[in-house]
Amino acid sequence: MSKVRKQTWRFDQPIYLGATGTVVGPLEARGPLSASFDKCYEHLNCGQKSWTEAERALLRRSISFCLAKAGKAEGDIDLFLAGDLMDQTVTSNFIARESRIPFLGMFGACSTSMETLATGAMLVDSGFADNVLCAVSSHNATAERQFRYPTEYGGPTKLTQTFTVTGAGAALLTKEPGKVKVKEATIGRVIDWGINDAANLGTAMAPAAADTIWTHFQDTGRTPDDYDLVVTGDLSAVGSPILDEILLEKGLDISSVHQDCGTMIYTSDQPVSAGGSGCACSAVVTYGYLFNRLAEGSLKRVLVVATGALLNSSTPKEKDTIPCIAHAVLLESAKEG
Amino acid sequence: MLNDPKNYKENVKAYQPKVPYFMNCFKAFLVGGFICLIGQGVQTFYMHVFHFSKQAAGNPTVATLILASALLTGFGIYDKIANFAGAGTIVPVTGFANSITSSALEHKNEGIVLGIATNLFQLAGEVIVFGVVSAAVLGIIRLFIEHLF
Repeated sequence: MSKVRKQTWRFDQPIYLGATGTVVGPLEARGPLSASFDKCYEHLNCGQKSWTEAERALLRRSISFCLAKAGKAEGDIDLFLAGDLMDQTVTSNFIARESRIPFLGMFGACSTSMETLATGAMLVDSGFADNVLCAVSSHNATAERQFRYPTEYGGPTKLTQTFTVTGAGAALLTKEPGKVKVKEATIGRVIDWGINDAANLGTAMAPAAADTIWTHFQDTGRTPDDYDLVVTGDLSAVGSPILDEILLEKGLDISSVHQDCGTMIYTSDQPVSAGGSGCACSAVVTYGYLFNRLAEGSLKRVLVVATGALLNSSTPKEKDTIPCIAHAVLLESAKEG
Repeated sequence: MLNDPKNYKENVKAYQPKVPYFMNCFKAFLVGGFICLIGQGVQTFYMHVFHFSKQAAGNPTVATLILASALLTGFGIYDKIANFAGAGTIVPVTGFANSITSSALEHKNEGIVLGIATNLFQLAGEVIVFGVVSAAVLGIIRLFIEHLF
């Protein structure tokens, strides 16, 4: 592995996304990407008694799909990296209790998907692990409860607000040849440009995404034309144009290759305000739709930039502004030609 | 110019979606008014069928609206109406009932005492606090005015 300038890691050995598993809830199942998910639950409770149980069921299922497709047993996995949006990341901790794989819990809010993937790839590349399982989950009702109001509380939704994706995504990192390579990762800095509205995270996170994307292009010397897609995690319909504009002002035009998982996962007529968010947003789109397209070779090189707002439910009330982060992982198709 | 961390909050306003204030007010007026219409209907019903006086019919009317709101919350319908109506469903007594019922449902798994009872007024508490405080302040003001004149 080599360090490229300050923030980018280039994995010298071929590291592959061996297999992925994606599970989503009912609203995502009616979105445009539903065919790319392994399982769609018809009800938000996923057949469980509580929302917390439902989120665990999502994470559990995504992992079992991933391992089954890779033909691996839990015993073959050296390390499990996972995170979610609950206090003390309990969903991941409780699933790790069942799996008994050595575990590192991670938290980067909605950027956790790429935080675990980048860290996992680094551990495989450096030889500390052969097979690493990365997984994240989020659930609309548990996130509502954690960050906003009780699920059944009736209040208007702001146009800038996002809708937490119900789902979980798991990915296996391995040196065994597969169809999708993990080539590079750019680790983001925490950026805070003074937004303190928790109902407008797209605007808050756009500068963090811009910082990481700008750094990635500076570090690698590439231009947006070298990429089929630059995909942000959950900037939504509000944050995405802001990101494009920030970068355009600096002379980097990504608008022709930029898409956002939060707007890809739903259709515009679904009741999700500005779009999807949550750890699972970038995870299910990347490990489902983007993984499939990279595997079949219709996309060659994709930069996934997962964005996270590092707040809790109290900090905006305490008049604190919202620190944000974005981590980028470069995925390439292993298919020749 | 967005690349200016110090003035980002101000400059980014041009990129925010426009809030349809007029439409929001209209929807709130329509739904809020409709809830009041139902309330009036219920009160008239108690007055004519059970021969309550207008004043005495007030309490059972409020109780009926609270019950209806709690049931709609439990069936997962109230939040959908509220998402459309905004203040139209928050301001009437039905909004108060919804805030209490939804908190109770949310914390049901944590037990009756520490879950439901502790969190019941999680959202409604502020209404009670300001209701009681403002009533006391206004009561004192009224007392002074009555004594002065």
